[in-house]
Amino acid sequence: MSRFGDYLSEHFETLFRWFTILCAATVLIIMAAMFVNLAWNARLAIGEFGIGFLWSEEWDPALNQYGAFSSIYGTLVSTAIAMVIAVPMSVVIALFLVELAHPTVSKVVGGAIELLAAIPSIIYGMWGLFVFAPFMAETVQPFLQETLGLEKAPLIGRFFSGAPMGIGMLTAGIILALMVLPFITAVMRDVFAMVPPVVKESAYGMGSTTWEVTHKVTLRYGIQGVIGACFLGLGRALGETMAVTFVIGNAHHISASLFDAGNSIASTLANEFAEASEPIYLHSLIYLGLVLLVMTFLIQFAAQWWVRRLKKSMGAGL
Amino acid sequence: MSETKLPLYGDLADPTPKISVRGLDFFYGDHQALFANDLDIAPNRVTAVIGPSGCGKSTHLRVYNRIFELYRDQRAKGMVLLNGEDISAPSVKLLELRRRIGMIFQKPTPFPMSVYENVAYGIRLHYAVSKSELDGRVEEALKGAALWEEVRDLLHKPGTALSGGQQQRLCIARAIAVEPEVLLMDEPTSAIDPIATAKIEELVEGLKGRYTIVIVTHNMQQAARISDFTAFFFKGYIVEFGATRQIFTNPHNKKTEEYITGRFG
Repeated sequence: MSRFGDYLSEHFETLFRWFTILCAATVLIIMAAMFVNLAWNARLAIGEFGIGFLWSEEWDPALNQYGAFSSIYGTLVSTAIAMVIAVPMSVVIALFLVELAHPTVSKVVGGAIELLAAIPSIIYGMWGLFVFAPFMAETVQPFLQETLGLEKAPLIGRFFSGAPMGIGMLTAGIILALMVLPFITAVMRDVFAMVPPVVKESAYGMGSTTWEVTHKVTLRYGIQGVIGACFLGLGRALGETMAVTFVIGNAHHISASLFDAGNSIASTLANEFAEASEPIYLHSLIYLGLVLLVMTFLIQFAAQWWVRRLKKSMGAGL
Repeated sequence: MSETKLPLYGDLADPTPKISVRGLDFFYGDHQALFANDLDIAPNRVTAVIGPSGCGKSTHLRVYNRIFELYRDQRAKGMVLLNGEDISAPSVKLLELRRRIGMIFQKPTPFPMSVYENVAYGIRLHYAVSKSELDGRVEEALKGAALWEEVRDLLHKPGTALSGGQQQRLCIARAIAVEPEVLLMDEPTSAIDPIATAKIEELVEGLKGRYTIVIVTHNMQQAARISDFTAFFFKGYIVEFGATRQIFTNPHNKKTEEYITGRFG
């Protein structure tokens, strides 16, 4: 055997250990490098606008004035709409698939939902712009205005005022909901399927209805996984670019009305890189990217903290 | 094969059986697991169900509270009477039946909530009670399960934080909190240590004054120690039934004798 072969077999354990360490370290290095890189390439904007960038509403390339607030606002609002729709639907669909549906139905519907996750986001964007937005403009938005508009409900009516154009915050939020729904549902279905049958049986054995078993036991038992699934969807919704860019309207503009055009961080980046001729413009866009990255991180930290706290208080099983 | 002789429990204060099973067959899909089971369960006594693995002990028990109905491919034929009333009659409400017949499982199954909430769970399902009354009932149930002294300061800790034996007594407390008439115990001590097992056996003896108990066990000594009557199951048939002392000292059936003397099992 060659010398190298001898060396390898002799030190295999050590070498393998270093190899695993190296691979694991790569992840950390890439992550750190991203922060450093973004910060470096945004240095002009960071120097010019400082932390005030976060709450400045002005975005005017002609005057070289940039502020992230409308993009942050749009990102948060469109994501919030998406989560408000997608989370309850996912819980209900996952529970249906695991608890109520006939196994064949469960398999077919479950498969269809996984296929939904495989649709490229550009397709959602095109469908959103050409099919869904007109439907929103002609049917959904007029209906919302009639039932929840300013005249009927002065408090929440503001959200549904303005011209029903089809594209805008609400449409973006609904498309986002459709896009994250399969991810959240798939994870939740697995979580619910992992609840031991004997735990459910003992809840049924107490004389509980399916609904009681579901929301008091199954859901609580899998609460960590459920929250994990939600944050997985949330992370995706925050950064989703293509589909949102198609339907959000792309206006640096904040409005209470969900029918109005707006923008998100990701849609701004997608739209404006090609136009960024001035260095400060380019740096501002990269600064915006850094903001998105930090937001995503903060949300993941918050999620982990929340899950730990819940685990402590309920001793949930998963 | 069925040589079951049904005693009349003439020496009891109330000699009518709490539960009467007649001609019970059970199927998992096409596979028949129980054959023409006849059995009477004496009120306020402990009836042990013994037999080798896979002989249908648990299956038999799972008919009493109709828990098997959760599974599409499982099906029971025959009659089970609770206080003389058919448990599958339309007049019997399933949720009420399960309140009247509590069940304890092999593994402790605390729900993912606090000790207090675990016990309050069933009370909230079946009774509209005030907060103070709920507190009282929870305490009473925990005392009934001989757990109160150990958990009185841990009421708001998660149920899963207790030891295995404590968790099983928590499940018993949860079951008796809804004032059942019958407790079904499906090998309740198979997953816990000997000292915790002794505590549960002691508890079962204490509980039989108030509840009718049916306990499935793999442990022959346990059956001999705590039960008044014993049914021996073999391959889905009830081969022998009688007073526990008679079954263990003078079994009439050859199979019963072989099983209790440890020749198979």
